[in-house]
Amino acid sequence: MRFRLTDDQRALREGIRQLLARRFDREALRAASEGPVRLDRALWRALGDAGFFALRLPEADGGVGLGLPEAVLVFEEAGRALLPGPLVATHLAAGAVPGAATGETVVAAVDGALVEWLAEADVVRGDATGAVPLRSLDPLTPLHRVPARRPGHDPVAVLLTAAEQLGTAARVGELAAQHARAREQFGRPIGAFQAVAHLCAGMLVRTETARAAVYAAAVTGDPVDIAAARLLADEAAVRGARDCLQVHGGMGFTWESEVHLHLKRAWVRTQRAGGVTESEEILAAALTAEEA
Amino acid sequence: MDLSYTPEEEEFRARLRDWLARVLPGLPPRPHPDDWPGRRAYDLGWQRMLYDAGYADVHWDASPTTRLIFLEETEKAGAPYVGANFVGLLHAGPTIAAEGTADQRARWLPPILRGEEVWCQGFSEPEAGSDLAALRTRAWRDGDAYVVTGSKIWTSHAEVADWCELLVRTDPRAPKHRGITWLAMPMDAPGITVRPLRTLAGSAEFAEVFLDEVRVPVGNRVGDENDGWRVTMVTLSFERGTAFAGEVVACRRVLGELALEARKNGRWDDPALRRRLGGLHAEFRALWRLTQWNVSAAEASGGVPGVGGSVFKLRYSHARQELYDAAAEVLGADCLDLDRPWTLDRLSSLSYTIAAGTSQIQHSIIAERILGLPKGR
Repeated sequence: MRFRLTDDQRALREGIRQLLARRFDREALRAASEGPVRLDRALWRALGDAGFFALRLPEADGGVGLGLPEAVLVFEEAGRALLPGPLVATHLAAGAVPGAATGETVVAAVDGALVEWLAEADVVRGDATGAVPLRSLDPLTPLHRVPARRPGHDPVAVLLTAAEQLGTAARVGELAAQHARAREQFGRPIGAFQAVAHLCAGMLVRTETARAAVYAAAVTGDPVDIAAARLLADEAAVRGARDCLQVHGGMGFTWESEVHLHLKRAWVRTQRAGGVTESEEILAAALTAEEA
Repeated sequence: MDLSYTPEEEEFRARLRDWLARVLPGLPPRPHPDDWPGRRAYDLGWQRMLYDAGYADVHWDASPTTRLIFLEETEKAGAPYVGANFVGLLHAGPTIAAEGTADQRARWLPPILRGEEVWCQGFSEPEAGSDLAALRTRAWRDGDAYVVTGSKIWTSHAEVADWCELLVRTDPRAPKHRGITWLAMPMDAPGITVRPLRTLAGSAEFAEVFLDEVRVPVGNRVGDENDGWRVTMVTLSFERGTAFAGEVVACRRVLGELALEARKNGRWDDPALRRRLGGLHAEFRALWRLTQWNVSAAEASGGVPGVGGSVFKLRYSHARQELYDAAAEVLGADCLDLDRPWTLDRLSSLSYTIAAGTSQIQHSIIAERILGLPKGR
């Protein structure tokens, strides 16, 4: 059993991390959160060139020919960087919607009662009639409300969302630990106080447990594994972002700090694909099915 | 990333499964928890069967993946637990194997593997729990022996042990980590008094051990004098490795039984309970994946359990308590009935966040060793 990243997978992760560091660094993130929300089309095409959307398409169809584990790794990086845009919807549209694979076409998708990035998208999948904009909690995710429908949810969309949450969980854990090492009160780094140190350790525990669940679900592709990964990753991201905010104290409550952007995005992602409730019901049902 | 097993590993699994199916039906009934001589005989008998079938050293010599398969399959088949062999197989044995002389290995290891001798652990003291290095039990050199005086506490299996892996202070003037020595103490030596302690679950799982000028031959020292702390760290890293893998399998089975019980008694119709059990299902699935992740890391690093053990131990111990809290919700008023097995399991689960390093100590280990936060108090 080799349940760990291969050298190729490490290289892929490193490549996408560097691309995002060049094209969407903290300054870009801050600028994006200040102005009216626009999708950076040049960045979108750069992602297309890097294979972000065509990753799982067969090579014969112009894709990269990789699988879910690799997709999970790149979405984790997108989550870390807080990359905006309908990433999951466009990735899932590759091969089905012309131009999606290359990043020339931006694809949004109706998900329950919400559509992310509707106004900026070239193509919308699902029935978006009657959509009205709402004032989005997340400054980097424009939202429209649509009359509620109950569609079936693509487990791959759930898994890629969990991967983004995992990236957020890892990032906010690092931000909290960095701050705890650097910020001094009472004459020493606040990380020397157990009350603060244990908050940071708890974030790491949740992140690493979620990581095992998300990666395993990517290997098996099993819907029950995916539901489990989603619950763990949602918890790691949301509680992690809140604890990160707490560790940052008053600085964390400012618009200037990036912490609130992580929390708000994590909250947006918890609403996708039927929310936590649906995943919990899937897992509960599987419990009695397993016994039978 | 790969979750599949090699053909050799699958063959090991199939052979083990086959053997378990043949031998388990013939086992005698399990002794009552208070019947210590019976428990000793039963646990040693099981170890002897493992030895005869070639599985005795699976905790020592097998690859981490093979060990994981062993723990998974024995749990699924309902095989006996390691029981009274725990300290010998998972603490003292690996320590002697790593740090002992050839003579010491020849003297102590074969009887552990063959199921002939039981070991207990004399580490904690009334004034040295989480702060283990503060231990006070003193040992003086007198000719070819150490003379030991002091007391140990929370010592499992002390009543039936042949040997005790004992930590003593040999240099009270040295910094606390540098004055400790590791000794193998024969439990029949004069001057040892064992007083059983009753746990909150009502059982006599551990004991206090009083030592009054007990003579331990110098030849029973493993490692150098005053180097016992380093020797001990070898032991503790084993404890935080794959020790709980079988229990995760067991918890998943309990969760399935909880769901069935809830269906029977109607509580399954409550969405809040269903969601709670669904959440626990996610939790224990994730813990199994984390075990596989840690095993793969140990495999890659040559078998050394890493800090991943602390992450797992923390998460698992709390999940186990939540599992039995959920069981209480499923049982309703019956959760107060000690004749329902989940009631006792709920009580026992309370030790998990304390034993083998409290949750608070585990948090500090992670904060300091993984996150690089400054040492605090």
